[in-house]
Amino acid sequence: MQLIPCPWCGPRNEPEFSYGGEPAVRPIPAESVSDATWSDYLHFRANPKGRARELWCHSAGCGQWFIMERDTATHAIFATLKPGAAA
Amino acid sequence: MKYNALSLLKQGLTGQQGWPQAWRSATLQPRYDAVVIGGGGHGLACAYYLRKIHGVPRVAVLERGWLGGGNTGRNTTIVRSNYFFPESAALYDFALRQYEQLSEALNYNIMLSQRGILMIAHSDHDMELMARGVNAMLLNGIDVELLSAAQVRAELPLANASPTARYPIHGGFTQRRGGVARHDAVAWAYARAASALGVDIVQNCEVQDFIFEAGRIVGLNTSQGEVRAGNFGLSASGHNGVLAGKAGFRLPITSYTLQAMVSEPVKPILHTVAMSTATGMYVSQSDKGELVFGQGLDLYPSYTQRGNFNITQSVVASMLEIFPAFRGLKMLRQWGGIVDVPWDYSPILGPSPVEGLHLNCGWGTGGFKATPAGGYFLAHSMATGGHHDISRPFDISRFTTGALIDEAAGAGIAH
Ligand SMILES: Cc1cc2nc3c(=O)[nH]c(=O)nc-3n(C[C@H](O)[C@H](O)[C@H](O)COP(=O)(O)OP(=O)(O)OC[C@H]3O[C@@H](n4cnc5c(N)ncnc54)[C@H](O)[C@@H]3O)c2cc1C
Ligand SMILES: [Zn+2]
Repeated sequence: MQLIPCPWCGPRNEPEFSYGGEPAVRPIPAESVSDATWSDYLHFRANPKGRARELWCHSAGCGQWFIMERDTATHAIFATLKPGAAA
Repeated sequence: MKYNALSLLKQGLTGQQGWPQAWRSATLQPRYDAVVIGGGGHGLACAYYLRKIHGVPRVAVLERGWLGGGNTGRNTTIVRSNYFFPESAALYDFALRQYEQLSEALNYNIMLSQRGILMIAHSDHDMELMARGVNAMLLNGIDVELLSAAQVRAELPLANASPTARYPIHGGFTQRRGGVARHDAVAWAYARAASALGVDIVQNCEVQDFIFEAGRIVGLNTSQGEVRAGNFGLSASGHNGVLAGKAGFRLPITSYTLQAMVSEPVKPILHTVAMSTATGMYVSQSDKGELVFGQGLDLYPSYTQRGNFNITQSVVASMLEIFPAFRGLKMLRQWGGIVDVPWDYSPILGPSPVEGLHLNCGWGTGGFKATPAGGYFLAHSMATGGHHDISRPFDISRFTTGALIDEAAGAGIAH
């Protein structure tokens, strides 16, 4: 079990957090996007081994979403950032 | 050597010294007709079917570590075919029917034990959903039976049947043809049969990169050098996404850790595979007497093969709520495997977006039971360039057409 530093609350226990996926940018306008592009946005991800940039939510805490940069092969956490903050 | 009672007797009388190697560990050759990436059960089965059914002359399986050291050697060995959607039922029952005759066909005892799997319903709502699931499965031609609470209590005398239990028993269902098989034996059976047909099984051979010519994959760079072939099969479970990335495309897959654990061995106390709807916990007793149990995924992407303690705790807590008598047992081992979970929890089979490469991906948390099928249909795709009728619905194009096979919602429990 790990301590995850919430950008708002500070370090908290891992079970308080939920993983929210690899961020993807919604293609717009949806009605003129091809099926392939839409499917790519919905389903296809890099699933990296090593350094990853992910969305997380402090779901059982303050409820805020944030970005976490961590290593999926070691679970080392590099940074947690408020949305919109530069990497 | 053919394994039989006579060879067993002869070896017994001569101190077990004369058993030949079961399969040949080969060194990488520069050229093959077909190369399979990943020496788990699926990859080995594929190599066997490529030789046996399609007569492909030169076949190799490349394994980064040791044979069967991935999820094939880490799973909880449950086999069953009780799936909700007709496409899945056809696929998994194909596998179960292969398993039923595999020991004979490969002359290797895979210790298939059709002791049944039994899913417990903990509420009236569970029961209603279960009845719906059982009806769908029966329509799919799968032999399942809905059970009353009394029937479940009779099958699982150690389960907490008190009406005040945290997870009371309201009934359940069973597939009596389900059960367990010995995972290492499945890998070794296919390895031995493939090796006997001339397949090169190359261990400690990590695939690092793909070699393209005119937009087609023609070779691989590996830790043992370059290899070229007419066709390639991707069967690397948790690492399929990493390899797809190197081949220039992405998969609708996330890699997670799935953990399992075993208790110390005890005398027979559980004769079927018990699964719980509400908790996702499942438990069976191995032939050695250990209780083998697990539950759901560690809920974020990981390549660590470990599993975190909070999930371990939840697995144990769920089991003890349902089987309080197991409280006195000591835990022997806990481990994790990296599983490739697709968006809709169904595998991705057939030609890949890149020419020369075929997919056997996304078996996720439940592909041991499908080992013969994964191998069979990957071999079909590699040898013929297209789909078998059973594998066609599992093509990667379903994510674009929208024809998903949503077994996460359909079948309820994964492995
Ligand atoms: C804890 C746990 C419990 C499970 N329980 C069940 C169960 O009860 N029933 C069930 O049906 N399924 C279960 N599963 C799922 C099942 O184990 C898998 O779906 C199945 O074993 C996958 O087989 P495979 O041959 O595709 O993969 P693997 O056996 O993982 O083989 C893939 C191989 O590819 C190799 N590889 C990776 N990268 C490379 C590379 N770059 N180059 C060369 N080789 C590479 C790996 O080393 C590995 O040996 C469970 C899984 C886990 C982790
Ligand atoms: Zn917070």
